[in-house]
Amino acid sequence: MFFVFNKKLTFAPILIRLTENQRFMIHQSMRRTLTLLLLTLGWVSYAQHEPLAQDEAGGDLKAKIKADIQHHLQDSYDFTLLSDEETNIHYGFSLPVILWNDGLKIFSSSKFHHGEEVAEAGGNYFMLYHNKIYKTDAEGTLNFDENHHPTNTKPLDFSITKSVFSTLVVSLLIFLLFSSLAKSYVKNGGIGKGIGRFFEPIVLYIRDEIAIPNIGEKHYKKYLGYLLTVFFFIWFLNMFGLTPLGINVTGNIAVTFALSLITFLITNLTANKNYWKHIFWMPGVPMPMKIILAPIELLGVFIKPFALMIRLFANISAGHIVLMSLIGLMFVFKTWLGSSLSFMLAFAISLIEVLVALLQAYIFTMLSALYFGFAVEEHEHEEAHH
Amino acid sequence: MEKLIEQFSFGLFIWQSLIFVLLLILLKKFAWKPILNAVNEREEGIKNALAAAEEARKEMQNLQADNERILKEARAQRETILKEARELKNTIIAEAKEQAKEQADMLVVQAQQSILAEKQAAVAEIKKQVSELSIQIAKKVVANELSIKGNQEQLIENLLKESNIN
Amino acid sequence: MEIPAIVGAGLVVIGAGIGIGRIGGSAMDAIARQPEAYGKIQTAMLIAAALIEGIGFAALFAV
Repeated sequence: MFFVFNKKLTFAPILIRLTENQRFMIHQSMRRTLTLLLLTLGWVSYAQHEPLAQDEAGGDLKAKIKADIQHHLQDSYDFTLLSDEETNIHYGFSLPVILWNDGLKIFSSSKFHHGEEVAEAGGNYFMLYHNKIYKTDAEGTLNFDENHHPTNTKPLDFSITKSVFSTLVVSLLIFLLFSSLAKSYVKNGGIGKGIGRFFEPIVLYIRDEIAIPNIGEKHYKKYLGYLLTVFFFIWFLNMFGLTPLGINVTGNIAVTFALSLITFLITNLTANKNYWKHIFWMPGVPMPMKIILAPIELLGVFIKPFALMIRLFANISAGHIVLMSLIGLMFVFKTWLGSSLSFMLAFAISLIEVLVALLQAYIFTMLSALYFGFAVEEHEHEEAHH
Repeated sequence: MEKLIEQFSFGLFIWQSLIFVLLLILLKKFAWKPILNAVNEREEGIKNALAAAEEARKEMQNLQADNERILKEARAQRETILKEARELKNTIIAEAKEQAKEQADMLVVQAQQSILAEKQAAVAEIKKQVSELSIQIAKKVVANELSIKGNQEQLIENLLKESNIN
Repeated sequence: MEIPAIVGAGLVVIGAGIGIGRIGGSAMDAIARQPEAYGKIQTAMLIAAALIEGIGFAALFAV
């Protein structure tokens, strides 16, 4: 399965943090230089900031890697590139928190001090717990039920989180890239110029190999804009997820849900009579079969976008998990052989991830096109053949 | 499954949908439309250019065929003209020969005629001189003869006989 | 005796794996036989694989 091959790259968190932890190996000043160097080289990625036990044994290291991976997979309220656990300084920037609770509350995520403090806004107190915001009293008291879930109220949360911020930046990038390509066509008399030109064959591929064969010459124009947008959106976000920036947007269920919901809406809102007839009253089968098929087909309507959502989410997050685990292994094996082996493995897996990033974008686009094709298919001619 | 639902962040979903739909609208308007139009135009242009090239090729072929035809015609025409000319030449030569021959014949005839006339004139002259000479001789003879009477009559008789013969 | 759900999920994943393996293998055969139909075979293969994969995910996440 694609699932098995999915891994995403985010070295920096573990790398930096573990470096810090093994400070007996690296001198303090040297380590700072290294951190700075990594930062300038762009090798530095996301680091989350739980209070750490200062003395760590091997078991803690594994637990810490696990926690790191968990943190990476989840969204976060600030954009931290790396954190120095010893001094508890986080390198990165905070993002606005927007809450709807007794009116609109907007404040900077720095107020949470990476989950260590209670944030006050307009007379209300909010606390971060397991990366979710809960409303608390001034002391930040959290009440738990028997399952260890907090019972405090969760305010409606519209914060510009790390994922929202990354999505915005990447969308802006996509827009600038393609609008400049579009402009260059006008300027150069029909021939594109610049980096965007690299993507022109891909645009044509989507039109000629995905849209036209699956939807048909007659209707494809209506859907082409969506297919192109969704392809580049997913692809670019997947690829940015592989950079050491440590973002994980497409491995987020809310994101894939939003995308597949749009595919679902477009499919069913533009569907013709024939599509519905094939769902509720399948032509060409005997009466009892018609009755049995109707609920199955109806279920299929929802399963298709659901599978789209799960596929993208599972592939990307599984990729991130495997890749980060392999990187973590480098620090678990403290021998040069084990570490270099897991480095090589992580490297190979990252290369596969680059392929998966493209493949998942392709599959999402392809299947969306296929569903649109079902929605607008005209069966009259085919009926004669069957 | 519960874990997934628990992970689901409504805020992220809203933002994500908003950003995506906005991006979709903007890209459709400012990127896909112009890009696809430009590409279509280019493809159309290429198609047209190919068609035009094909047309030109055909035209060229037609032209070539035309040229060949015209050339052939011209060659044929030249042939005819040359043939006609040759014929004309032959006719002219033949006519000229004829004429020359006629002229020559005429000249010959004229020459013969004039030769004949000359001859006749010469004969006549000779005859005249001979007759004059004969007369003179006769005169002398007569004069001589006449001196003898018998002879005179006989001579006249002989002379008459002789002139009758002529 | 109660069988844990994860065992069921594992069985589904094995089934899906076999299914996708067969699709891939058959696609290779088809491509070897008709290399000119490469694009069409690849598309059909990906679609079929993606559909089976969906079942696999459904099992995994149902646990």
